Amino acid sequence: MRDAAANAASEPFLIGDAMTGGYGAGADILHDCTIAAPDGEITVIVGPNGAGKSTAMKAVFGMLNLRKGAVRLGGEDITALKPQERVAKGMAFVPQTSNIFTSMSVEENLEMGAFLRRDDIAETMSQVYDLFPILRDKRRQAAGELSGGQRQQVAVGRALMTRPRVLMLDEPTAGVSPIVMDELFDRIIEVARTGISILMVEQNARQALAIAHRGYVLVQGANAFTGTGRELLADEQVRRSFLGG
Amino acid sequence: MDFLNGFVALLNFVVIPATAYGAQLALGALGVTLIYGILRFSNFAHGDTMAFGAMATILVTWAFQSMGLHLWGLPTALLALPFGIVVAALLVLGTDRVVYRFYRRHKVSPVILVIVSMGVMFVYNGLVRFVIGPDDQNFADGARFLINARDFREMTGLDEGLAFRTSQAMTIITAVIVVAILFWFLNRTRTGKSMRAFSDNEDLALLSGINPERVVAITWIIVAALATVAGVLYGLDKSFKPFTYFQLLLPIFAAAIVGGLGSPVGAIVGGFVVAFSEVTITYAWKKVLEYWLPAALEPEGLVQLLSTDYKFAVSFAILVIVLLFRPTGLFKGKSV
Amino acid sequence: MRVILLFAIVFGLILLTGFTQSWNVALGIVNMGLVSAIMALGVNLQWGYAGLFNVGVMGFVALGGLAAVLIGQPPVGAAWEAGGARILGGLAVGIAVIVAAVLLWKRLPVGRARAIAMVVLLIAGFFVYRGVFDPAVEAIESVNAATEGYLGGLGLPILIAWPVGGLLAAGAAWAIGKTALGLRSDYLAIATLGIAEIIISVMRNEDWLARGVKNVIGLPRPVPYEVDLQQSQAFVERAAGAGLDPVMASTLAVKLAYAGFFVVVLLVLLWLAQAALASPWGRMMRAIRDNEVAAEAMGKDVKARHLQIFVLGSAVCGLAGAMMTTLDGQLTPSSYQPLRFTFLVWVMVIVGGSGNNYGAILGGFLIWFLWVQVEPVGIWLMETLSAGLDPASPLRAHLLASAAHMRLFTMGLLLLLVLRFSPRGLIPER
Repeated sequence: MRDAAANAASEPFLIGDAMTGGYGAGADILHDCTIAAPDGEITVIVGPNGAGKSTAMKAVFGMLNLRKGAVRLGGEDITALKPQERVAKGMAFVPQTSNIFTSMSVEENLEMGAFLRRDDIAETMSQVYDLFPILRDKRRQAAGELSGGQRQQVAVGRALMTRPRVLMLDEPTAGVSPIVMDELFDRIIEVARTGISILMVEQNARQALAIAHRGYVLVQGANAFTGTGRELLADEQVRRSFLGG
Repeated sequence: MDFLNGFVALLNFVVIPATAYGAQLALGALGVTLIYGILRFSNFAHGDTMAFGAMATILVTWAFQSMGLHLWGLPTALLALPFGIVVAALLVLGTDRVVYRFYRRHKVSPVILVIVSMGVMFVYNGLVRFVIGPDDQNFADGARFLINARDFREMTGLDEGLAFRTSQAMTIITAVIVVAILFWFLNRTRTGKSMRAFSDNEDLALLSGINPERVVAITWIIVAALATVAGVLYGLDKSFKPFTYFQLLLPIFAAAIVGGLGSPVGAIVGGFVVAFSEVTITYAWKKVLEYWLPAALEPEGLVQLLSTDYKFAVSFAILVIVLLFRPTGLFKGKSV
Repeated sequence: MRVILLFAIVFGLILLTGFTQSWNVALGIVNMGLVSAIMALGVNLQWGYAGLFNVGVMGFVALGGLAAVLIGQPPVGAAWEAGGARILGGLAVGIAVIVAAVLLWKRLPVGRARAIAMVVLLIAGFFVYRGVFDPAVEAIESVNAATEGYLGGLGLPILIAWPVGGLLAAGAAWAIGKTALGLRSDYLAIATLGIAEIIISVMRNEDWLARGVKNVIGLPRPVPYEVDLQQSQAFVERAAGAGLDPVMASTLAVKLAYAGFFVVVLLVLLWLAQAALASPWGRMMRAIRDNEVAAEAMGKDVKARHLQIFVLGSAVCGLAGAMMTTLDGQLTPSSYQPLRFTFLVWVMVIVGGSGNNYGAILGGFLIWFLWVQVEPVGIWLMETLSAGLDPASPLRAHLLASAAHMRLFTMGLLLLLVLRFSPRGLIPER
């Protein structure tokens, strides 16, 4: 018991440690890749196309089988758990696409997010509405009828309904306008301030690193560079290879 | 020209029968559409599930009848219905466990599941024929008419009689109640919403912690209930003969596709569209037109667009029109 | 090796029937087995080669049967005089209306006016068609209604009906394929299920065409009649030489003659199907089946190829249907049941091995054998099971009476077992 507590204190809240694996029986995509998300911080995974960014995130969430390595949450080894079981442990995941129930109302989307909870969800729901006020106005509308940015808000809101300790976002700003992207990042910072760890894969590396406490640059499924967001933005090599100068 | 008598004739021969038939088709199509939405295949065994549920209800009805149990004016079958539903639910749950679950785990393509459902159809069909035989079975009792033609004529003084059979009234009332419960369940309860969520986006439902096996099991139970109710109502209204239930597959699928596969509201609308088209196109309009048209214009023939033997052609024509012009159906179901 | 062994087992079973039951039954199984094998080849062409799900086999088979009447029966002159020209006129009007509607739909600009024009045209056209058509039907059906009352056929040799049956089925398949191909696979299934029901209802109700449920009996045959054989001195002597009585010998001889015809057709079709499978066309079909998206990206016209193979497969079913009606010597529309003619053929293909022509043929023989033999076995089983019961007990009576329905149950179970434990069938695709 004390060991676990000590362990938890010494390492980040969530860590995918030296992960190696791929989809099904296919070739390995990740090679000894480590991703960690400390408490209440924003962690961003960036890298070129096909670097295994999303795969690394999915590995942390248990959506592919690891051949080597482990995933620990608060010191507990959760490598063998299914994604649903990880949700129950306090992890929430927002996929890149099809991340809302299009035929259901905004409010029903949030209710489904809280499906595992048996207590009163009204308070969490009102917190989500405070975070995304537009959703409160549109709560009776079918989520599929909303604009791209609003859909992403629904998707994040749905994930927040479980009151997670870690929120994982797979390219949340894909396909939205720059203004909407800034707005979304602001909200994500707000979420992080409430003590929720954020782990996020981003295509818009420059903007994402700007708000990140910590960044991982992956190349071909392996860690290439690791540091704080500011360090990575300042790093000459990172800038040249991945940030376009 | 006699508007009122013509209108009564229209009610008597078109509106009432088509409404009852539409309600039966709608219940059948709801079952098909739910399976499609949740398990994502066209269940060819649905007609035979209806036959099986109706058969179970008939056996219980006979037992009740021999015990002297009755529901006063209403058919005893109504009392037996819950038992029939339970038996049908056990059958489909058992089938899911033994047959479908394996394929679900292996994520096979929908067309394989359709072929599997064909095998299940054979088995159910054999079971029903084995237990109750392939012939017509009569299990209706209670008062035959709510309003019979003679009383209506005496009451209103009209020439044209209006007969409203108990089975028709019961079909309509039961269907309304069943549909109301179903929609309340789907839209207001946690479990019902989880079913809709699962149908909408399976992966996200899993991420939200919705248990797929539970959703599937509940779907089968609801489908068994819908199929049994539809089967019993059809049997009371027309007659119970195992083969006719197999033939109902076509209008039922037509109804579900017209409405949009996967859409419950669509299934209901589709059921009535198919039923009303079938009845109006195969009805001999001579009687109504004789009342409505001046004597000079009275038709010589029966004014029947198609003989009743071609009622399947009507379902089929509707199906083809929808496939050609709007493959996702009236209420956007799951597309291609 | 496996193929030879499996075929040996099936023919062993049929021989066993010959020794234990009668050679007549055994030859009956062989003949219908040959016809079933051809149907299975047709379905295998669609499902095995292209992954098309056709559950309208019954309809195509029935069209083949219709062809047998239209080609083989002598024309009924009086009926032709009574309304032949008029009925052709009626059909021409019907076709003209449909063509006009299609043209109108294509030529006029999109909008409400087009829809209204289309509906008006169709409704008006329908009444004109009925006006021309109905009196003709009445006139024809009243000509000697007890034995004729239909137009009859062309009076040609019945063997010509076989390819014509294929053509009729191909025509129907083209129409349905145009509509439902390219949509999701379930839609094709439901559309074909529907067209089959409609073909059957047309055949049951349009008495002027083939007497409807009054049936056409005594179709001409491509082989001699038993009675003639029994009267032929040479035949009786030869039968006596083989130790058979003339009646038995003549039935066997006739069945063998049919079997000869059928074997030739089956072998030709098998050769064609195998050649097609090995050709670039066959490889392309399988490539499309395995990955439609990729094939489309490579510039293959998937829908056109699907239509092609759907028409071909249905034509084979129509051919088999014409052969079957020739074998029966009569057309009885009410005998066409979807469970027997559509779904049983599917069981044959799946159990035999989809994608493999030898598998389809094996499935045809094996399943037909089981279909025939499950009933006596079922009755025997029920008798054994209920032997302990009082002979007068109602349960025993019910069990015995129901044994006949065992075959549907058995077929379903067999299909499910094969799908579950050997989804590639007895002779898998190579």
